[in-house]
Amino acid sequence: MALSGLFLVVFLTQHFLINVTSVFSEDIFNKLSHFMGTNPLVQFVLQPILIFGVIFHFVMGFYLEILNAKSRKNNYSKFSGGSNSSWISRNMIFSGGVILVFLVIHFIDFWIPEMNYKYVEVLPEDPNRYFEELVHKFESPLKTAIYSFSFIFLALHLLHGFSSSFKTVGVDSKYYNLIQKGTFLFSVIIPAGFVFIAIFHNLTS
Amino acid sequence: MKLYLKIWRQTNVDSNGSFQNYEIDEITPDMSFLEMMDVLNEKLILEGVDPVAFDHDCREGICGSCSLFINGRAHGPDTGITTCQLHMRKFQDGDSIVIEPFRASSFPVIKDLVVDRTSFDRIQHAGGYISINTSGNTQDANTIPIRKEDADNAFDAATCIGCGACVATCKNASAMLFVSAKVSQFSYLPQGQVEAKDRVLNMVKQMDEEGFGNCTNTGACEVECPKGISIKNIARMNKEFLKAKL
Ligand code: HEM
Ligand code: FES
Repeated sequence: MALSGLFLVVFLTQHFLINVTSVFSEDIFNKLSHFMGTNPLVQFVLQPILIFGVIFHFVMGFYLEILNAKSRKNNYSKFSGGSNSSWISRNMIFSGGVILVFLVIHFIDFWIPEMNYKYVEVLPEDPNRYFEELVHKFESPLKTAIYSFSFIFLALHLLHGFSSSFKTVGVDSKYYNLIQKGTFLFSVIIPAGFVFIAIFHNLTS
Repeated sequence: MKLYLKIWRQTNVDSNGSFQNYEIDEITPDMSFLEMMDVLNEKLILEGVDPVAFDHDCREGICGSCSLFINGRAHGPDTGITTCQLHMRKFQDGDSIVIEPFRASSFPVIKDLVVDRTSFDRIQHAGGYISINTSGNTQDANTIPIRKEDADNAFDAATCIGCGACVATCKNASAMLFVSAKVSQFSYLPQGQVEAKDRVLNMVKQMDEEGFGNCTNTGACEVECPKGISIKNIARMNKEFLKAKL
């Protein structure tokens, strides 16, 4: 759980860094996307690893949830979870579920057309098509809203998950405060950045 | 004070329990929660009703016997205390109080509010000891210098009284706080190093076999722990466990 989660965090950072270039340079964004979209190492090694990582993470998440539910077969009639722990930490499966729904939408939006373009219809590669495709997606206010809403849940998921994964892999007391602060900054800045990019293209398109 | 109690009653492990309602009067704010239960039981005995079974022993917060899930919280509406340290001044006249046993598949209900916590004993037996024979030939404590910080951390971990509030309050019914305290109390000290590897592996294995859940670091356990055992022990145990595995 922790290792796959951290792996996804690394991917998320990379994804963000590429997307953010679309705000200030159409050209850089196209170049980077073209590289990612056509480099065989990225396409045939990193991409399958990523897909495996995502599937592993959410399958293990559901499995963990079921396993933990079994550890208390008879539930309390009254349980004040909020008195001693945060809502986010108790509802990772919920925030994760929202992200999963988003990922399905995201796949239908970007990934499936992309695979279709490259490997099914085998259209000629145009290194400058990426920026236009991106902007086109965010023309719809509804899509931009769904996108932004999902990132709120990603932020919530990370606010607990990022620091939690360090504890799970055994990073102990010395770095505790650093990890708490780092988690907060990362979990707010990165999702907020994605939302900013979406709204930016919606407003400027 | 007049109180409305909703208490879990269950005849034995195999029976299905249910809640029963009781009204109780003449409770003073200075009574402890367990004294309130005593008053109720005396009343029930006079009425010819089976008194409510609940665990207790020292009644001063050191043995870990008293359990109870009160109004949705392990050891009731306060942090860092056992149920025997809870007083009726925390409640208001006319309050309704829900009293349930600690619930976890690894803590089966034996009767009413009494649960079987021998799963904790079995985890201890799996490695929560050092095998050096000290009887009759005890060494002077000062012959092995130990850093003050380590001694303090080991002592803090050793204050765990094994009450099970961590399991009871954890949404996953995980026993990681208990096990990590029992591991850390030795692993901070040189005497604990000899068996460190087997200790952590065996205790974690036993914990899993008992059916406790997995820690997701919600932090509820350290809030409810009457001895304030820190969740940092869990990260520390994870590190030890991974090191021992690799
Ligand atoms: C695809 C949908 C997803 C589902 C269903 C899901 C579900 C879960 C669940 C149930 C947990 C364990 C709860 C816990 O440890 O407290 C978890 C942990 C975590 N998730 Fe996700 N998640 C998803 C997507 C993501 C994404 C996209 C990222 C990162 C960008 C991520 C990062 C993490 C991290 C870092 C952890 C902490 C692991 C730990 O505490 O050991 N998750 N996730
Ligand atoms: S009765 Fe001993 S700790 Fe409460």
